[in-house]
Amino acid sequence: MRAFKTLILAAALGLGLTGSALAAESAVPPEQEWHHSGIFGTFDKAALQRGFQVYKEVCSTCHAMSLVSYRNLQALGFSEDEVKAIAAQYQVPAAPNDAGEIVERPAIPADHFKSPFPNEQAARAANGGAYPPDLSLMAKAREHGEDYLYALLTGFEEPPEGVTVPDGMYYNKYFPGHLIGMPPILQDDSVTYADNTPATLAQSAHDVSTFLVWAAEPHLETRKQTGVKVILFLLVFAGMMYAVKRKVWADAHP
Amino acid sequence: MSDTIHPAGAGGQGGHEGEGTTRRDFLYLATGAVAAVGVASVAWPFINSMNPAADTLALAQIDIDLTPVQVGQSITVTWRGKPVFVRRRTEEEIASAASVNLAELRDPQPDSARVKQPQWLVLVGVCTHLGCVPLGQKPTDPKGDYGGWFCPCHGSHYDTAGRIRRGPAPLNLLVPEYAFLTDTSIRIG
Amino acid sequence: MAAPQFKNPVVRWIDYRLPVFTALHHEYNEYPMPKNCNYLWSFGAIAMVTLIIMIVSGITLAMSYTPSTTMAFQSVERIMRDVNSGWLIRYIHMNGASMFFIAVFIHIFRGLYFGSYKAPREILWMLGVVILLLMMATAFMGYVLPWGQMSFWGATVITNLFSAFPIIGDHIVTWLWGGFSVDNPTLNRFFALHYLLPFVLLGVVFLHVAAVHVHGSNNPVGIDIKGPQDSLPFHPYFTIKDTFGLSIFLLVFAGFVFFAPNYMGHPDNYIPANPMVTPAHIVPEWYFLPFYAILRAVPDKLGGVLAMFGAIAVLFILPWLDTSKVRSSNYRPIYRQFFWVLVIDCLVLGYAGGMPAEGIWLVVARVAAIYYFAHFLIILPLLGKLERPRPLPSSISEPVLKGGGHYPTAAAAKPMEKA
Repeated sequence: MRAFKTLILAAALGLGLTGSALAAESAVPPEQEWHHSGIFGTFDKAALQRGFQVYKEVCSTCHAMSLVSYRNLQALGFSEDEVKAIAAQYQVPAAPNDAGEIVERPAIPADHFKSPFPNEQAARAANGGAYPPDLSLMAKAREHGEDYLYALLTGFEEPPEGVTVPDGMYYNKYFPGHLIGMPPILQDDSVTYADNTPATLAQSAHDVSTFLVWAAEPHLETRKQTGVKVILFLLVFAGMMYAVKRKVWADAHP
Repeated sequence: MSDTIHPAGAGGQGGHEGEGTTRRDFLYLATGAVAAVGVASVAWPFINSMNPAADTLALAQIDIDLTPVQVGQSITVTWRGKPVFVRRRTEEEIASAASVNLAELRDPQPDSARVKQPQWLVLVGVCTHLGCVPLGQKPTDPKGDYGGWFCPCHGSHYDTAGRIRRGPAPLNLLVPEYAFLTDTSIRIG
Repeated sequence: MAAPQFKNPVVRWIDYRLPVFTALHHEYNEYPMPKNCNYLWSFGAIAMVTLIIMIVSGITLAMSYTPSTTMAFQSVERIMRDVNSGWLIRYIHMNGASMFFIAVFIHIFRGLYFGSYKAPREILWMLGVVILLLMMATAFMGYVLPWGQMSFWGATVITNLFSAFPIIGDHIVTWLWGGFSVDNPTLNRFFALHYLLPFVLLGVVFLHVAAVHVHGSNNPVGIDIKGPQDSLPFHPYFTIKDTFGLSIFLLVFAGFVFFAPNYMGHPDNYIPANPMVTPAHIVPEWYFLPFYAILRAVPDKLGGVLAMFGAIAVLFILPWLDTSKVRSSNYRPIYRQFFWVLVIDCLVLGYAGGMPAEGIWLVVARVAAIYYFAHFLIILPLLGKLERPRPLPSSISEPVLKGGGHYPTAAAAKPMEKA
């Protein structure tokens, strides 16, 4: 029996090892330090504001973020008036006026982030046929989430010997297939941070990845904080139930 | 189940009298209380999810341009899914609204408490009886016996300040929260 | 079995006219449970509670969800972002599906180990298989509703299975779709059925519970209750024990919901459905992977579909495939080993189902699929004839209590049908 169980264990182990070896076909993004990871993780508000600045000044020229509204920015630490001012920088189509024409109006906090292109076709036409995907859920829509985003933004490099990169494409170590249509647009000092943090590539990539996690999962902090309370409650309840069970069953096992 | 009498009872079975029983009863009560607290706290998010969501609340404000409205005219705009009546009242309408003896009113309110500028009357166009939209916005509509609005569902008459004067409705037409942004535009909500 | 006396006059008045309280009393209070049932027997109650959690969270979600191809994805994201506690309810529902399958799979393997499907519990077992089928259909259609990439392509691939049937296959698929591809009509009907089936499920669960109460629960020894010393009343002994088991299960559930809500999901489902682009690697949810592996193991389209449905059909006739009269594996030394091989085999199938269907994984899936059927169709019938079971104890109490003693007596000595 014992020998048999060992055999099963060995088989299961072998299977697991082969599996993980096969899965490693493209470069696995290294794990980064994130303020929001872990059971008690919370967002670094300063990093979120910097990350929003990077998105606003760099990413948003091509990438939409249509599921996020300006009003959501209050969660980053902006005041109501600051949010109104940010929204008012954008012109969005208004409802048809009495003449049936659609005119532009300044955006209000309730509006969703304005997309850089009116539709996918326009986006493709402006980007050499490639479609810059919507970033609202990007941190949840890729394996390895924010680690992948950081790796991608910092993973542009010279192609290795023998790899020819077609016109309008770039070589990225972490992109599946390595050839990506996005240029290495984020560089050292692509932005000048309002809080005077040096805007190195690593810093701004880290900040914007943090911002993208928030955009994809705005209730992350509430979720984890509620979770800690729920788990503590259930531990207490399970402990009490165990005591009750012991008492009730005490006379069932003479 | 606790109201049944069974021979081999629940907690009491084989129980000893005295201290042991008390401590055991306390444990049962405490555990039951913790379970009840747990169920109640789980119920709340489910109930609360039916309250207005964040995007619904965010859209609860609109701006209206008043320039095109002539004296004696009314416009209807949509606010929070309901009609809002904006009437530019004539001098006679203002005068008749102001001259009413408050003691006669079902829901006594002076005209001055219902307007920010006497010329402009802003009302939620929903009858306070059972939620129909009263008539009186179009020139051809019946305006009721008091020159304001008339609800066709159950015959409530409102005056030129939107106050209930006759019929089953208990309250005056609601004045929404609004503010003049300029002399010719208001923000509702 | 004497009718209970109720103290409360209102209860007495109602019960005299509609004996619901008497029924509850018999079925959930004095109902005799074998006293040796361990925590594996809690998973029936746990699955029941999970079903109720799924129905409550599902109805709440449906209040904010829009079943339309243009709005479905956004409406789910609105739930996640704007609806009060919407993220919590959706994560409960998402992970609840997985937790439901975990509970039910443990419940099924418990039945396999202790022979709970044997006479006189064959119909009970078959109702259980119906429940599994309904769960699979419901889970599949629910996964389509968020209208992400995996939703869309999962729906396309699974509905296309039916095209394997000759002549009528294509017509069936068109009928399922309500069009010429998975589109708005498909999403609408999947929503309607996803809302309906859980209540059908609840009805079958009711029959399942009614069936188990006829001859009483099986137990780790696998022999019937011989007298009052073998059983304990369901309440408080098993209500309390099950609630403790449930609280541990809920801890795991909460761990997923609050700290790894997307662990069992797939990142591609956070990309809106795009009928023009198929994701590089389509995998179903983990609970379908063993069946998916069997589907892909067969090189023929129709053959694969038949094998996949056969993997469940074989469970229907399991009570007649197992020729051994001994229920519990504790007294079947050889079957017990084969049981664990089957568990490993299912895990291997699940793993292979998640890997690309090529090279070594195709071979592994084929071997595992053949073994799966061999277990039920060859090993079980033969083993019942060849194996020499260990001697069974004369009663449930015997192996539990050496030498007897004073037992608390259950209110009813005999199971219900003998009343």
